[in-house]
Amino acid sequence: MGFNWGFIVKFLPNYAAAVALTVKLAVLGVSLSAVVGAVCGLVLYFKVKVVRTIVRGYIELSRNTPLVIQLFFLYYGIPKLGLKLSGEACAIIGLAFLGGGYMAEAFRGGLESVSEAQLESGLSVGLNAWQMTRFVILPQALSVAAPALGANCVFLIKETSVVSVIAIQDVMSLTKELIGMYYNTYETLAILVLCYSLILIPVSLAFSLIERRLRHAEFGD
Amino acid sequence: MPNSGIDALLSVNNLTRLGQGLAVTLKLSIISIAISLALGLIYGIAMTTKNKLLYGLLKLYLEAFRVIPLLVWLFLLFFGGARAFGADTDGFTASVIVFSMWGTVEMGDIIRGAVQSIPACQRLSAEALGMTKARIYRHVIIPQAVRRFTPAAINLVTRMIKTSSLAVFVGVTEILRVGKQIIEFNMMKNPMASFWIYAFIFVVYFIICYPVSRLSKRLEAKWEY
Repeated sequence: MGFNWGFIVKFLPNYAAAVALTVKLAVLGVSLSAVVGAVCGLVLYFKVKVVRTIVRGYIELSRNTPLVIQLFFLYYGIPKLGLKLSGEACAIIGLAFLGGGYMAEAFRGGLESVSEAQLESGLSVGLNAWQMTRFVILPQALSVAAPALGANCVFLIKETSVVSVIAIQDVMSLTKELIGMYYNTYETLAILVLCYSLILIPVSLAFSLIERRLRHAEFGD
Repeated sequence: MPNSGIDALLSVNNLTRLGQGLAVTLKLSIISIAISLALGLIYGIAMTTKNKLLYGLLKLYLEAFRVIPLLVWLFLLFFGGARAFGADTDGFTASVIVFSMWGTVEMGDIIRGAVQSIPACQRLSAEALGMTKARIYRHVIIPQAVRRFTPAAINLVTRMIKTSSLAVFVGVTEILRVGKQIIEFNMMKNPMASFWIYAFIFVVYFIICYPVSRLSKRLEAKWEY
């Protein structure tokens, strides 16, 4: 029983398509969760009344429930109320719902790390609100938040493996299907690991580089 | 509302079944957490080794779980195991093994971080006082490390409970699968069932995980210095 290279070559196009879909979902899901997270982080930082309470509730909900359940609810539960979404839309919304909570905490942590003295100094040299944000708050907040944001990205990309529960032809469901049909288990699993390594190793390397680069911006210790 | 469909959920029979599913979810989580705690302790202490080869191997194991999604590991063990040993792999056992292997590295990394976060001067001072290695651990390192370790470890517990939901992929009859069965059974007479059942399971997970993560945050705030 040798390793069947022919099998791998035969299904390579299917895998390429599945990886492309996973990457697409990951990119959209991560971007959307970054937007949700940034907005929520700002709401918490500026202590916007009422909205803050809603944001807090959302963060707790998204962080304390598994993505699998969130996806099931979105894909099978919500349509019963009359809102039918495609599998891909559900996957992206699910990832954004989950990731938004994690990103919000990362952004908030970064923003809150900018010390009061920095803000006062900025004001005293006459910076306006935009200049304060652009030159004082953001550079420091983002460099502090970067490691957490990077970790969240990697976490979310890994979580995309779960979206196969809702009828999406991603790498996971392709693997399951091929194992069921051809029983070439070792080959299929090997490609599966390869696919995720190809996606995730460059991403985690990139983030550790960015993290190292951003250390320049650190202030004080 | 005459036919909101919530009655599909509220029957005693269904609640009992969901409860049984939840018991499986919790059993899976608790066994994995216990194993991870025990092995993670060994792994974490081993990570502080000065032996480069051992460290390299442990680090490789850590990175393997950091890079490859857990569900992929579960597939590897479940399908690969079935193929390698010919027999049908039991989904529950496969899940426990994979969750524990992952939990061990995460727990170990927390322990390593906690131990190494203690400034070297503490250890040196203790050595200067002539304390033995065991006593240094017992009276200097561990009491301080525990404070750094506990919040993160409790946080990992919620992550592991949430992760237990992946067992549905390998056919374990945990709460989500029970929910699916109830929905399929009620498909004709109660089309709203999927909304209520999944909402219910969503809430159940939240009710379990929220207090635990609150506790983690509280301890973290309390012990911060």
